[in-house]
Amino acid sequence: MKSKNPPEEPAHEDNFLESSRRDFLKHSGLLTAIAFTPSPLVKAAQSGLDEKIADLYEKVPVSLEVNGVKHQLSIEPRVTLLDLLREQLELTGTKKGCDHGQCGACTVHVDGHRVNSCLTLGVIVSGKKITTIEGLAKGDQLHPMQEAFIKHDGFQCGYCTPGQIMSAVACIREGHANSEHEIREYMSGNICRCGAYPNIVNAIQEVKEGGQAV
Amino acid sequence: MKQFQYSRPATQQAVIDAINKPGTKIIAGGTNLVDLMKRGVTAPDKLIDINHLPLKNISIGKGGLQIGALALNSVVSEDKLVLQNHPLLSMALKAGASPQLRNMATVGGNILQRTRCAYFYDTTMPCNKREPGSGCGAIGGYNRMHAIFGASDKCIAVHPSDMCVALVALDATVIVQSKKGTRRIPFADFHRLPGEHPDLDNNLAAGELILGVEIPDNNFAKNSYYLKIRDRQSYAFALVSVAAALELDGNTIKNARLAMGGVAHKPWRLVEAEKALVGKTVSAETFNIAAQIAIQGAKTYGGNDFKLKLAPATITEALKHASGLV
Ligand SMILES: Cc1cc2nc3c(=O)[nH]c(=O)nc-3n(C[C@H](O)[C@H](O)[C@H](O)COP(=O)(O)OP(=O)(O)OC[C@H]3O[C@@H](n4cnc5c(N)ncnc54)[C@H](O)[C@@H]3O)c2cc1C
Ligand code: SF4
Ligand code: FES
Ligand code: FES
Repeated sequence: MKSKNPPEEPAHEDNFLESSRRDFLKHSGLLTAIAFTPSPLVKAAQSGLDEKIADLYEKVPVSLEVNGVKHQLSIEPRVTLLDLLREQLELTGTKKGCDHGQCGACTVHVDGHRVNSCLTLGVIVSGKKITTIEGLAKGDQLHPMQEAFIKHDGFQCGYCTPGQIMSAVACIREGHANSEHEIREYMSGNICRCGAYPNIVNAIQEVKEGGQAV
Repeated sequence: MKQFQYSRPATQQAVIDAINKPGTKIIAGGTNLVDLMKRGVTAPDKLIDINHLPLKNISIGKGGLQIGALALNSVVSEDKLVLQNHPLLSMALKAGASPQLRNMATVGGNILQRTRCAYFYDTTMPCNKREPGSGCGAIGGYNRMHAIFGASDKCIAVHPSDMCVALVALDATVIVQSKKGTRRIPFADFHRLPGEHPDLDNNLAAGELILGVEIPDNNFAKNSYYLKIRDRQSYAFALVSVAAALELDGNTIKNARLAMGGVAHKPWRLVEAEKALVGKTVSAETFNIAAQIAIQGAKTYGGNDFKLKLAPATITEALKHASGLV
């Protein structure tokens, strides 16, 4: 990625990012910095990985509650919620399909609302409650929507399924599952390459009509 | 994605101070910006998160309905005041993106979303909008989605928003703030035509924050309709879309608003066609005449020739729905 913008001096009033430390690095030059810094930095510098040094300083503290468990993390601002869940918290149930908001495989709930985690930066949802597919079941007891997907064969390869199920639960909670037409429209943000759509609609209709709490 | 700094200035004033610096970009829902950053189309040095600012309200003010820049597309589309007073806006929003994306997308971000021209997104291709002077891949290339009005020999991209088509039809105003104070921009003047500078999508100045939009009261609530034609039934950008709003006195059209999406570098208001509707009786014939007027001056580029037929047909159909003919 190429930047067309001239490099900018970090804002001095901005304390959110501990910018004073970064300023220090930039202004005092690498060698002085190394003299005062701990060994990982020295190692990185010795192997010529200046970027790695920057990385160590660019991380931002983030607190998240994921499926009821609180996490204190330190992440680069460019890390998406999807990558954070999959790579740092090892919650790989949430899938990466397109990584560009075009398929819905990455759908999770943020404070109860469904979003595409691939276009959500982790730093932006700091302080929020996240629910992923791993958080739906209660112990060994599957969520009614999970049961319904199994019963109605709402998948083939299963890749889109976690996103479909998260979306389906939200669809009912939002009150957008009142007809086949409405379900299809409000599930349109989840693409199924295997074309399991009719069975997905059946599963959602059954859960909706069953009137169980979702 | 290139590294960037992230900051969340505590107050609106602090945001305004922060965004004045080159290389800095605001992030709201991130649904457009993060996508563009992943693809390397844009690479800010610093993101200013504004999601905590108190700009989410939807309320009735002196000048009409006010909607904060951070109101979510999903929230606006289901808001009681919006549904009551401007159902057209709700219809347009619901026709856009997906439920998940609408839960993230904000009004300000929607207004400022960039074109979906495939060449603009592909950094290996020429594109005057992304890289001024590199040429336009779409002219003579794949241009099915592209403009038929107001394009230039530098760029034939369209503005992809549905919401903006409704807002321009409803005579909305965009309210912005910068170090110099606040400024009101009529919606029709907000976005610009590509001309010699397709890199500029709109007339928002550097350092300006969108605070919200205002929609004046009108009598269109009973007879409005948003019709969007796309390659699949949902979750796709418009080939052509039409926002139609009528004020009827019995069978006579007292007042009309018409705008199109998917046809120009900005949401395209059809003033001449509106004039042709006022005073006329509701009929398919009346609507056909207006639709033919609307399409005058259209220019196509090969891949989008079909829009010459699709656009007037969509206008007629939208007017039929709005007026209750169908
Ligand atoms: C797969 C997909 C399909 C889509 N389909 C449709 C569709 O059919 N119809 C449609 O209309 N849209 C569609 N969209 C686009 C979507 O509506 C926009 O991405 C969204 O509205 C942008 O809002 P945001 O808050 O996420 O903006 P962001 O991505 O956060 O920001 C977009 C731009 O606006 C700027 N910005 C944001 N808020 C402000 C502010 N208050 N003041 C100043 N600058 C600001 C940012 O700096 C950035 O440049 C689609 C998007 C995707 C990914
Ligand atoms: S139409 Fe505009 S956005 Fe598309 S390639 Fe040409 S210059 Fe770029
Ligand atoms: S991976 Fe997020 S929408 Fe496809
Ligand atoms: S089950 Fe294979 S993509 Fe949906």
